[in-house]
Amino acid sequence: MKALHDIVEKLKPHFEKGGRFEKFYRSFEAFETFLFVQGNVTRRGSHIRDAMDMKRTMVHVVIALVPAMLFGMWNVGAQHDQAIGVETGWFDQFLFGLVRVLPLIVVSYVSGLAVEFLFASIRNHEVNEGFLVTGLLIPLIIPVTTPLWMVAVATVFAVIIGKEVFGGTGMNILNPALLARAFLFFAYPSYLSGEVWIDTTLQEGQQLVDGFSGATPLAMLTLGEVVNLPPPGDMFLGTIPGSIGETSTLAVLLGALILVATGVGSLRIMLSVVLGGLLMGTLFNLLAVNVYMEIPPYYHLIMGGFAFGAVFMATDPVSAAQTGTGKYVYGVLIGVITVLIRVLNPAFPEGMMLAILLMNVFAPLIDHYVVQANIRRRLRRLGRARAPIKT
Amino acid sequence: MSKIVRIKRGLDIPLLGEAEKILQTPPRATEYAVKPTDFHGLFPKMLLEEGSRVMAGTPLFFDKYNEKIIVTSPVSGTYTQLVRGPKRRIMEVRITPDAEDEYLDFGTRPLAEMSPEQITDKLLTSGLWPCIRQRPYSVIAKPGETPRDIFVSAFKTAPLSPDMDFVVNGQEAFFQKGLEALARLTPGDVHLGVDAVNTTSAAFTGAKGVKLHRFRGPHPAGNAGIQIHHIKPINKDEIVWYVEVQDVIQIGRLFEKGIYDASKVVALTGPEVVNPRYYKVNKGARVSSFMQNNIRSKEGVTPRFISGDVLSGEKIGMEGFLGFYDDQVTVIPEGDKPELLGWLIPGLNKFSVSRTFPSFLMPWKKYRLDTNIRSGERPFVITGLYEKVLPMDILPMQLIKAIMIEDIDMMEKLGIFEVAPEDFALCEYVCPSKIEMQTIVRHGLDIMQKEFA
Repeated sequence: MKALHDIVEKLKPHFEKGGRFEKFYRSFEAFETFLFVQGNVTRRGSHIRDAMDMKRTMVHVVIALVPAMLFGMWNVGAQHDQAIGVETGWFDQFLFGLVRVLPLIVVSYVSGLAVEFLFASIRNHEVNEGFLVTGLLIPLIIPVTTPLWMVAVATVFAVIIGKEVFGGTGMNILNPALLARAFLFFAYPSYLSGEVWIDTTLQEGQQLVDGFSGATPLAMLTLGEVVNLPPPGDMFLGTIPGSIGETSTLAVLLGALILVATGVGSLRIMLSVVLGGLLMGTLFNLLAVNVYMEIPPYYHLIMGGFAFGAVFMATDPVSAAQTGTGKYVYGVLIGVITVLIRVLNPAFPEGMMLAILLMNVFAPLIDHYVVQANIRRRLRRLGRARAPIKT
Repeated sequence: MSKIVRIKRGLDIPLLGEAEKILQTPPRATEYAVKPTDFHGLFPKMLLEEGSRVMAGTPLFFDKYNEKIIVTSPVSGTYTQLVRGPKRRIMEVRITPDAEDEYLDFGTRPLAEMSPEQITDKLLTSGLWPCIRQRPYSVIAKPGETPRDIFVSAFKTAPLSPDMDFVVNGQEAFFQKGLEALARLTPGDVHLGVDAVNTTSAAFTGAKGVKLHRFRGPHPAGNAGIQIHHIKPINKDEIVWYVEVQDVIQIGRLFEKGIYDASKVVALTGPEVVNPRYYKVNKGARVSSFMQNNIRSKEGVTPRFISGDVLSGEKIGMEGFLGFYDDQVTVIPEGDKPELLGWLIPGLNKFSVSRTFPSFLMPWKKYRLDTNIRSGERPFVITGLYEKVLPMDILPMQLIKAIMIEDIDMMEKLGIFEVAPEDFALCEYVCPSKIEMQTIVRHGLDIMQKEFA
């Protein structure tokens, strides 16, 4: 450790004011603080500080994403095998997925961090850790067939328009990862719907199996093909087509467990979203005027990006409601609107992304009412104190 | 028995070095100092020349903006030196003590014969008035104003804070006398907050002429601000006063014996203290007088000396002086060493309120926490964490943001009149973005005071 620290210290003067690479000071600092928790001590206020910081928080979200990521890699291979009707074994399937997913992750991180570093240098502030999570979220919520340049464009767009124009991490209104997906969805719709969920690149001598459709359960339902729906067990495990990280409810639940156990993610929001989804699903199920409405309400939780969105997207503390009561309202509405969009709007098979983005916009309004309630309580107390005492 | 107020939200930080219940009288300090900086908002005007003789109770300086408020010498001796800081600000008024204290006589007229004005005057001339602080703003009370109520917290919950039962031992009569004097200054009540289980001293549980309130819960349950909020919250235009237990005792001595006896019991605590104990010293004593040979010396470890607790105390040196309101000195190691991948490794010797460190698996463990700040300052990101350590019906993040943008109307609406920096100490401690909330709250209070006073 000493030797490594000496190297860093030796390099430092080159990046400091007057040094050759002065312009890259913030980048250097980011790597330095990444390697070492600095020996900076408290100067004002509390003399001791909690050991948790932004890096620690963000790295725990990344850890929580790992099960979904690994499962997603394997599923890419498994879905490919299914499409061409061969069986290569789970390890080969995983390798197949790894080779396809890894470039997406790398491109997302590199393009996003480049923007982050650039803005940190221009604005002269420390590089924020928020992108550590966003950078992994983006590849997990897109189809494996998305071209790399598209990922880069979407990431850059999301970081600049979604975050930096508002002042960086902590100031943004929308969830940056979802904004990246929304950008792709509306800018390149043909790449984000239809037969894009499964990597169907064929090698010589291979061909797609008869009757291959590659449609996600949500797409089938939108078309009314309830009979083709995979069994709920498969949908829960995630052996279905879909965005890379979203298919396995089980892997997402593992991540949720990590987030809740460490106290990093808000259980309040997760449960509210699930509750809202079940509520709306049950309501539709009771009305049941078409086949989509007839599905059991819990199907909504295991199809598409519902679980992934509830656990990793809705809980983004910056774009979610920030008050305790507000989080309940925010979560329930996300669940309700997701199912509403899925069932009633044939143009959008999946409603999770739009529901969360919509509620991101409304979160400040929800908080406003919660804050006003707090203010009213204080005013009422004042009214009581001022009221003449009855004798 | 009154009903118990249960404080659910809060945090007890498991710091090593709790003081053993042994009271020692250390040799008299070689130097004492009164620090005008202990009194927020007070602008000192010196009354004496360097070299003057002083007795315990001789006025040293007064407040330029409120000339009635004077601060007096805690010991008899010679006023030797005025220490100035940046911009010629007066930092310390140093006094070299005599071997024995001589006290200025303020008379022992019985309380019953005195009017509230006379009681106020006696507190002012003896220099004990600054012991009385007010909410809102958390500054010295204004003489002549009438508080709605007066609050005294008879237990402390800050990390390693002294046990008030132990401190009041032998001073029970003075404490009662002090309460009686305070009761004359308000048309309302003197509220005494005690711990429902741990407070056993009859001086508190059997105090006469007060309203007793029983609390139970983690820090900050012992803070006057939290107790006020749960007993009878402060509304706009209301003023309440609050006084520390040992200051009530000193007020009691003033009315009983007619002198300003500045002696108090101070706990020497913290992981860097070899034998944490209680010491009987005078206000303003040089802390080295009772720390000698009691501080761990390990190569490469710099100790930090704090007058007060680790959350809200003031950083002083080994040769620094005990603060006016403090009854605790805490010594912790400086955390000036970098740590390889410290944000990633498990960190068995780290404590965190979150469960991202293994500390939550070992609730019995005490920690040698240092002053490392862990990270640079970030904007607010994590929500819902601050509410968990602030047991008040106040939205901490929204209030802090209102202060940051200096929105006076919003600050008032969100309850700034009810809070003091110390109430936000735990919010500042847990903040993963490392935002300096106590400084921000103080800034907000300053703005409000300027606006309304």
